[in-house]
Amino acid sequence: MSALALILTLVFVLIPLFLSKTLQLGLEKDTLIATVRSIIQLFAVGYVLQFIFDSENILYIFLMVALMIGAAVENARKKGASIRGITWKLVLTFVVIEVLTQGILLGLHITPATAQYIIPLSGMVIGNSMVLGILFLNRFTSEVSSRREETELILSLGGTPKQAIQHSLLASIKASTIPTIESQKTIGLVQLPGMMSGQIIAGADPLQAVMFQLLILFLLLTTAIVTSTMLGFLSYPTKFNERMQVID
Amino acid sequence: MIQQAAITLQEVVYETEENKIICGITGRFTKGKITAIVGPSGAGKTTLFRLCNGLLSPSGGNILINGKEILTFDPVSLRRHVGIVLQQATMLEGSVRDNLALPLQLDGKELTDDEAQRMIQLVGLDPDILERNSRDLSGGQKQKVSIARTLLNEPEILLLDEITSSLDRVSRQDIEKLIEWINRETGTTVIWITHNLEQAKSVAEEVWVMIDGRIAEAGPIEMLDHPENDDVKHFVMEERK
Repeated sequence: MSALALILTLVFVLIPLFLSKTLQLGLEKDTLIATVRSIIQLFAVGYVLQFIFDSENILYIFLMVALMIGAAVENARKKGASIRGITWKLVLTFVVIEVLTQGILLGLHITPATAQYIIPLSGMVIGNSMVLGILFLNRFTSEVSSRREETELILSLGGTPKQAIQHSLLASIKASTIPTIESQKTIGLVQLPGMMSGQIIAGADPLQAVMFQLLILFLLLTTAIVTSTMLGFLSYPTKFNERMQVID
Repeated sequence: MIQQAAITLQEVVYETEENKIICGITGRFTKGKITAIVGPSGAGKTTLFRLCNGLLSPSGGNILINGKEILTFDPVSLRRHVGIVLQQATMLEGSVRDNLALPLQLDGKELTDDEAQRMIQLVGLDPDILERNSRDLSGGQKQKVSIARTLLNEPEILLLDEITSSLDRVSRQDIEKLIEWINRETGTTVIWITHNLEQAKSVAEEVWVMIDGRIAEAGPIEMLDHPENDDVKHFVMEERK
């Protein structure tokens, strides 16, 4: 794509600005901020990636992945503020997901061990894990509070904290994983996934693009279930004290 | 002869960040007897039960169960030993049978068909109810299932929190008879929170009157006819109106 073509794409920003102004939606300022931020952020990432790809230094790959994990933790931890030590639980979850998925991809030689593959795939895995983590924490917090009576009933009958919170825990894991599974059922029917579309536009063979997209989809299935399960099992003990009582 | 205490409270205090709910209670519940706890709402009666069952820990003082400090008990065995039936009779999703099976399931055991039928009949319900969805039961039926569920743990001490408040007169009398029978046949110590002074007098041998997180007066059940404490006199008079 030429620089001129890129400048012309700003027409797609002018249309919402015009409509917002005409309909007095008050979205002009946010639209402009979003546009400027996306241009700066994406170009910055582009230059950084180019530098890392050219240097082929493994340290930079680690640094990039660490940055991604740091940003994901920062975003997700606000949703789990009521859970003691949530920051480290999120760090551990994202690190395990990253090691697990890259371990399988590289260990089985599914993808080459180069920055060009490791960084984008890590970004997708960590980004999805973050969204899943937020979904899980939201659901878990509300389940625990709405099922408080049930939890105390089970404790009062001689149940352990794990038995008492099992309903809330499993319901939250299920609820946060379902959207990933559901979205995969309709993929390709309504819209082509972003990564696949990008590859096709860039000139890749559509079947190659499909194969990569399938890789991503399967990767995200593991990401979804591992993220919510890990976060769940790391988080539930913080809802109880050492006398097996519910902490408010 | 000094009778043994099932539960002994020594200067027990329970406070939250906002309120002092139990204000230094000292007293004992006699082993093998039925003791009624009466008092106005907000007196701390339910909190006292939650302290005895280990769902809460006191902020100060000591609780002894059969002479042993409560903190020396493993919470799971304490809660099986000191059973509690709560006023709200919470039912878990599933059938009545699933709910009855819960205490045994938590202990890795199974509820046999004979046991389920025996327990459900014991609380005055028809065995046909076992397969019904527990959420479709009436308040009274839920309360009876809730009692049967706690009894399946065979507790030595049974804490009953307003368990007949949602029942009609006949069901209430059935439950009273059942609890008296359990106390008589198994020697289970029963501590029963009730708003109904007539019920307290008909089932209990001893009574505690709790007001504002303290024991205003305690003694044999006949005490309710001749209280000495002015607050208790006022409470009894109000309840009889």
